[in-house]
Amino acid sequence: MRDTGLRGNALVGWIVVLFLILPLTVVIPVSFTPERFLSLPGATWSLRHYRAILDDPTWLEAFRDSLIVAIGATAMAVVLGTSAAVGCWRLSSRLSEFIRMLMLLPIIVPAVVHALGFYRAWVGFGLIDTHAGLIAAHGMKGLPYVLITVSASLADFDQRLEMAARSLGASPARALRSVVLPAARPGILAGAAFAFVTSWDELVVTLFITSRGVVTLPRRIWDGVQDNISPTVAAVATLLMLVTILATFALARKRTQS
Amino acid sequence: MRRFYWSLVLVPLAVLAVLYLYPLATVLWLSVTEPRPGLQNFSRLVESAALQRILWNTARISIITTAIALVVGYAIAYALVHMDGRRRAIMLGALLASFWLSVLIRSFAWLTLLQSRGVVNSTLMGMGLIDAPIPLVRNEFGVVLGMVHYMIPYAALPMYASMQAMDLRLVPAARSLGASRWQSFRRVFLPLSLPGVFSAGVLCFIFSLGFYVTPALLGGGRVIMIAEYIAVQIQETLNWGLGTMLATTLLLSVLLLLAAVSRIVDVRAMFGAK
Repeated sequence: MRDTGLRGNALVGWIVVLFLILPLTVVIPVSFTPERFLSLPGATWSLRHYRAILDDPTWLEAFRDSLIVAIGATAMAVVLGTSAAVGCWRLSSRLSEFIRMLMLLPIIVPAVVHALGFYRAWVGFGLIDTHAGLIAAHGMKGLPYVLITVSASLADFDQRLEMAARSLGASPARALRSVVLPAARPGILAGAAFAFVTSWDELVVTLFITSRGVVTLPRRIWDGVQDNISPTVAAVATLLMLVTILATFALARKRTQS
Repeated sequence: MRRFYWSLVLVPLAVLAVLYLYPLATVLWLSVTEPRPGLQNFSRLVESAALQRILWNTARISIITTAIALVVGYAIAYALVHMDGRRRAIMLGALLASFWLSVLIRSFAWLTLLQSRGVVNSTLMGMGLIDAPIPLVRNEFGVVLGMVHYMIPYAALPMYASMQAMDLRLVPAARSLGASRWQSFRRVFLPLSLPGVFSAGVLCFIFSLGFYVTPALLGGGRVIMIAEYIAVQIQETLNWGLGTMLATTLLLSVLLLLAAVSRIVDVRAMFGAK
């Protein structure tokens, strides 16, 4: 009785998982269609849409722009987020807690709201449609994730260890480098992963503050979906899905091992 | 000594102020100064039936999305906590994989499946089951489907975390005292899990309010939510006054909602910041 009930729960769970995954896999066969429009391939499968990615320089440029922006934004978010998290951890005053809340704003504020603000401000700063401008905006969006993950990894770290290092003659900077940062390492890496993915997938802000000069992969896909949808987009989507799935499994494996 | 740590906080804060808080403040400022100072932009919220329809669309779709995502997410979270290690790892992996996949790719996949010449319609027509395509996208059904699909992991993961923290031995305890399976769920498991459901629901709802990509692609211009409407004001009609007023309204709704629930749940914990 109890057993069948539990199996029923599991069944519902697996159905939900199928609902989450299965509809997405439709892009895989579609990407192999020999036709020029979105359709399931019949008897013949074709690689023409994968060749089209390589033949069309705009896809490769979009990949390059996405990579540049994501790496830049991740570096910015990691430096600022880690610095703030370490500072707040050691200070833990009312004021520093308030500042920490303020730094969470970029994940609370709806994307379209800060997209408008970035647009207006970047016009003044001369950052519209530049790599630097997009890196700055994406860096701000990544900062809260780094702050959260680094704070989490420092939450159980005893402040007295840092004091001990200081009493043994280490300068604050030395204590930070040799004692605090090693403890924060898992949080820094997790935060970097979040910041990278945030930038890599970001579309709404990108739509507002770039036009022709910087075209990231999501923007290129968006443009491709807006006019006539070519199966090339399905091929790109298939490749991106593959990367996501491999990365998820690699991370899950690493987590179970450690 | 403390100065060193304050500088670690103040440098990022200064950058945030220039590159984030200032742009955000600009939006609020423009909403009451563009085209001229005053609250006339906001008075359109009461006057314009078109705006009220957009707001109502946004609220309705967000509520429906949140409700469905919570029920479905609860089911998968419940299944996860009752599973043995290996199967749980697989199911959790699948949930995370869909969590990490970009909203744009997901919406594109749904479009491929559901549009009038999409995979579902052409298959059904090929089998002779229907004569004309069924409208599956460019309507509210498509938007809600896409949004629910995106929100399920956001609903399931925090509920799963809160269920894991519960004392699950209480359920067998209730059973051994004579409660039926349903009673032990209804009177023990469900009440214990409600705080997690509540904060997952708030999270889903405030994310849904600001959705842009999914409604734009799957609504096809027919089902317009507030975020897409704001984008149109800025990018097409250059109506900064109306656009920033709606953005301010959206932002204030989210912040007021969070302030209201902060009495009941820890908002920082909701965003994983504790």
